Amino acid sequence: MKNLFLFLYRNNYSIIFFLLEILCLALIIRNNNFQNASAFNSSNKIVGSVMEVVNYMNEYINLKATNKNLAQENARLRSLMPDAYYESNVLRNSVSDTIKHQQYSFIVAKVINNSMARRNNYLTLDKGSMQGVKPEMGVITSQGVVGIIKNVSAHYCTVMSMLHKDMRISAKFKNNNYFGSLAWEGTDPTIAVLKDIAKHVVFKTGDTVVTTSYSAVFPENILIGTVANADIKPGENFYNIRIKLSTNFSNLTYVYVVDNLLKSEQRKLEEATVNNDH
Amino acid sequence: MITDIFTLLVRFIFLVGLQVTILNNIQLNGYINPYLYVLFILLLPVKFPKIPAMLIAFFVGVTIDIFTNTIGIHAGATVFMAYARPFVLKIFSPRDGYETDATPNIKDLGLQWWLAYSSVMVLIHHFALFYLEAFRLTEFFSTFLRVVLSTIATLILVLITQFLFGKSKRER
Repeated sequence: MKNLFLFLYRNNYSIIFFLLEILCLALIIRNNNFQNASAFNSSNKIVGSVMEVVNYMNEYINLKATNKNLAQENARLRSLMPDAYYESNVLRNSVSDTIKHQQYSFIVAKVINNSMARRNNYLTLDKGSMQGVKPEMGVITSQGVVGIIKNVSAHYCTVMSMLHKDMRISAKFKNNNYFGSLAWEGTDPTIAVLKDIAKHVVFKTGDTVVTTSYSAVFPENILIGTVANADIKPGENFYNIRIKLSTNFSNLTYVYVVDNLLKSEQRKLEEATVNNDH
Repeated sequence: MITDIFTLLVRFIFLVGLQVTILNNIQLNGYINPYLYVLFILLLPVKFPKIPAMLIAFFVGVTIDIFTNTIGIHAGATVFMAYARPFVLKIFSPRDGYETDATPNIKDLGLQWWLAYSSVMVLIHHFALFYLEAFRLTEFFSTFLRVVLSTIATLILVLITQFLFGKSKRER
């Protein structure tokens, strides 16, 4: 027993070092998990307000690009206005809206912190639980998919960006609906890789890739990007398709948080179905 | 004693502030991420007690982590660097040892000594940092390239900061 205490006393430097490193590893592993992410992150109020000041200065630098994006979006929305349509189909007007339920609603949020150079990138938005943001909601812009909400505080939320090692998005070709899983390989912020597309599927460079509604996070048919190139290793059955992302992560300013009003219903039903199997 | 604590506090606010407001927003490409805040650990006096140095390193790391949403990664790497500090100082110690109040900086110990000391320390920190960040070995070589390029970028920034703000104890 005496020897044990002597050993602990002599090596107290290394022992404290190992304890600290174990604590860090525990924090990292805990943080990798969506459900019990730690409270120490930039959705914290003090950190959020520091970032808002930094962002306030950055906004001036990005004014030009932001204006251009907003103008583009205005043009797109204007083209969707009823005035912009020629009424060729009289029947359409007779369809009553009572048989359609609204499934998605969108919350506008401003990006107050953003990164794209690290292996695992996050964004911070200036909307939180007070505005109805909840974890695991999708985040999009007019250009395409951005990420998924991770942590939420009263006034801020953090977003796990598309550019993150743990990010998987269910994606499909717009023209033939074959679907696969999209991930980011960690180097080029404009390119992601689509996997699980079988050998027999026909596609070509420039084909559009959009989201599916399988995960209940994003609405269907939100733009992700276009096919840049593809290869298939000898002896394998699935393509490795490199997708040019349509979202420009370097000048994100305003984004939309997607609130799927029917998500809990879909999830509950799917969980019940899986549980019945066991 | 009081002035020493005050110097450390000012240095902490300056380096961490610079890191989270400006350096974290500079995005050259995926491989170059300079982390100037490690200068805080590099500049701790030679005779600074070892265990408090490690606890301070943990605190500095956690502060950076909170701003980058990477809890544990910077803390782990900075603690590792602080743990290695006494051993690195011993390897590079001058023939007749350090002076009792020596601080590792260019003006007191010379450019050559500083380059050797800081490059080993920064390499240790960045090695731990980027492998903790990737958290898997399948990207071994791209992570390694990231370590080397970021180390060079950090060393350049550390040198510039030393030339701009470095003060010798003897001049004061």
